[in-house]
Amino acid sequence: MKKELINLVDISKAFDGETVLDELNLNIHENEFLTLLGPSGCGKTTTLRILGGFATPDKGRVIFDGKDITNLPPNKRQLNTVFQKYALFSHMNIAENIAFGLKIKNKPKTYIDDKIKYALKLVNLQGFEKRMPDSLSGGQQQRIAIARAIVNEPKVLLLDEPLGALDLKLRQDMQYELIRLKNELGITFIYVTHDQEEALTMSDTIVVMNQGYIQQIGTPETIYNEPENAFVADFIGDSNIIDAIMLEDRLVSILGTRFRCVDTGFGHNKPVDVVIRPEDVELTNPEDGILKGTVTHLIFKGVHYEMEVMANGFEWLVHSTGMFPVGTEVGIKVDPFNIQIMNKPASEDEEAAGIEE
Amino acid sequence: MIKTTAKKIYIILIFIFLYAPIATLMVFSFNKSRTRAKWGGFTFQWYLSLLGNREIMQALWNTLLIALISSLSAVVIGTVACIAINSMSKRRRAIIMGITNIPMLNADIVTGISLMLLFISLGFKFGLGTILLSHITFNIPYVILCVMPRMRQLNPSTYEAALDLGASPVHAFFKVVFPDILPGVLSGFLMAFTMSLDDFIITHFTKGAGVDTLSTKIYTEVKKGIKPEMYALSTIIFVTVLLLLFLVNKAPKEKKERKV
Amino acid sequence: MKNSRLKLLSSPYIVWAAIFIIVPLGMVFYYGLTDKTGAFTMENVIAMMSEEHAKALWISLGLSLVSTAVCFFLAYPLAMILANMNVSQHSFIVLIFILPMWMNFLLRTLAWQTLLEKTGVINNVLSFLHLPALNIINTPYAIILGMVYNFLPFMVLPIYNSLVKIDPNVVNAAKDLGANNIQTFFKITLPLSIPGIISGITMVFIPALTTFVISKLLGGSKILLIGNVIEEEFTQAGNWHLGSGLSIVLMIFILINMAASAVFDKDGEGGLL
Repeated sequence: MKKELINLVDISKAFDGETVLDELNLNIHENEFLTLLGPSGCGKTTTLRILGGFATPDKGRVIFDGKDITNLPPNKRQLNTVFQKYALFSHMNIAENIAFGLKIKNKPKTYIDDKIKYALKLVNLQGFEKRMPDSLSGGQQQRIAIARAIVNEPKVLLLDEPLGALDLKLRQDMQYELIRLKNELGITFIYVTHDQEEALTMSDTIVVMNQGYIQQIGTPETIYNEPENAFVADFIGDSNIIDAIMLEDRLVSILGTRFRCVDTGFGHNKPVDVVIRPEDVELTNPEDGILKGTVTHLIFKGVHYEMEVMANGFEWLVHSTGMFPVGTEVGIKVDPFNIQIMNKPASEDEEAAGIEE
Repeated sequence: MIKTTAKKIYIILIFIFLYAPIATLMVFSFNKSRTRAKWGGFTFQWYLSLLGNREIMQALWNTLLIALISSLSAVVIGTVACIAINSMSKRRRAIIMGITNIPMLNADIVTGISLMLLFISLGFKFGLGTILLSHITFNIPYVILCVMPRMRQLNPSTYEAALDLGASPVHAFFKVVFPDILPGVLSGFLMAFTMSLDDFIITHFTKGAGVDTLSTKIYTEVKKGIKPEMYALSTIIFVTVLLLLFLVNKAPKEKKERKV
Repeated sequence: MKNSRLKLLSSPYIVWAAIFIIVPLGMVFYYGLTDKTGAFTMENVIAMMSEEHAKALWISLGLSLVSTAVCFFLAYPLAMILANMNVSQHSFIVLIFILPMWMNFLLRTLAWQTLLEKTGVINNVLSFLHLPALNIINTPYAIILGMVYNFLPFMVLPIYNSLVKIDPNVVNAAKDLGANNIQTFFKITLPLSIPGIISGITMVFIPALTTFVISKLLGGSKILLIGNVIEEEFTQAGNWHLGSGLSIVLMIFILINMAASAVFDKDGEGGLL
């Protein structure tokens, strides 16, 4: 296991009496690409601002490399931020923007010049030294914002929805760019976004947040394949979330029909939530399925067809390369391995947190 | 803690500086003594005799009339001009905005004498008419300054959408564009009205003998001593405006919240 | 077609501006550059060099520069405090500074006479605090005070407007990159508020340089500013040619100012509103 670099301990923060973070605990490792993912208002940006030093927690501590930095001002921290909407200094040219942090630290001129060259090469914008920020495209400004941060050789780079203002194609290019940068620099990236696809593509670790609580921490695969609750399942990708009863180990009753599954330890006749990803629902001839249903919607999506199938009073969302026209009688099958069983939320509070999006 | 207290004290001191003369004038209006120098006891008499003072009432009437007509005319000319300026090329827009800025950046005394020379050579009779023309001239820039930013923010598609849906250009303007620029138009009107009311210098050069606004009346009284009725009148105007603004500020708040 | 019809809407204003802005300025130049017979002469402009007029101009320049500086140093901290207050209603701030204009400008200025008098309110407060009395009425200091009082809002508002336009994250970015508060102020906040500063300076310096009212009301009749000289040429001496000639000299300063604001404030960012 890699060394722990940052520990957030029991962090709470409220604005105007409204709790934004509630006793949050999080450990961040060296050389990790960690993404804070959640809907707006979930507390992800506040967490980032507390890390950057732009907000002080009401309670709790921020430990960096073993030292308490909770009350350290931003200019004394060994981390740098790439801000939403870039926040470039519009009265300075690109070279001056990138040199800003180094000049503050009184680095020699030759060192600064080398660093500017190196950083511009790293973000593929060689020769932009004399340009003004306003004359650059959104994607270019974004790269400069990153260059400006990394020349200071921070141990951690904080990125606050850095790709939010870019169009789809550019966003995808920048995702690969960011992964490459992280590997080349060998530092920790803490990335904030509400875009689940971005999170799945880039992260080593995803922290799903909602209403000031961490819902789940895990690798992209775990988060996608084994969501711990309905909120995570619903927020990450499309899914069928169905009320069900766990009859016994490896046997679950979904909409009155028995399905084999692989989960154990939920007890007998226990109400649970079941998550089945749309691509894991197999459509067959009516006779071959565990359930029978009728196709109600059909849309061509390019890579696959998206269908809705009404069966046992539930609209199943199905992604399949095979096409079944609307009105077709079909059978539904699910591989036991693809049925993910989740505990029902314990309290009404969590229930509310789960529904809210 | 000390920092925020220091900031508060600084703000309070500046506001005392800005509003002390106003408080002083209000005190004068209740002063029994005719001179400003000493306090002769409390009285309401100036407020009563004000109504009987025909010269002051005439000046007040002139002032309000000029402020109202000039700011309304400026709003119409300025708003219509904004629509046109907005659709111009960048270069032409820069030229027109440059000309618009002249009365704002130019010294009032130069604007005043230049208009005076114009009226003389055109053979105009100096009086309410010449004051009015001058006030419209220096009010238009304030209107354009208030309306233009609103106009620039406007999404041109909404106007085109209205045309697409079959509205005539005039109808589309009043139904779609006007509501969006209305706050700018209103603040432009308010600015223009205020500037007209408070103007002395330009009126001084463009008024005729025997015609007075409150400003020029006060100026002629300076040497003889200001009549206490003038303080009473100013106090009434100021308090009225304060109350009006208070009411206006209360009203649109609810509307805003609903919108959000 | 549509566009050209829209442009037609500007014609009333263009005609108005031509008649009441451009032509009158032309008249000033015409009168300023001719004598009573209508012959061309530079005499009225050169008259500024005469001892009497030059003195008035120097005093005006001195007083207005000092007033502008005082306004700037009072206004900048104030604008910063106001901009950081997170007032949701931006218009409220504007209102506070516009509101005094509803009390007549002459009366407000006159009120300072009473406040500054030997036995006036200010000296009473000062003597209560055991501080030396302030005897500045009818001195240049009273004129400076009157200028600062009247024109301070025109310095505060543009600076305030340019400060609230700065993205708070730009300031955060500077701190993030290691700048302390003082470095952040001088490298980021101050340079980004230059449009507001320039337009504030323009809006204070020009009226202060050309005023004739404040000097008349607070300076006694001892101190003649260039504004007083020009006003008297028009209303009393009746020498419009000389008055216009002197105005042309004033307009040189105005032009310098306008050019400065055009260079530094291209998008009209540091506006009054």
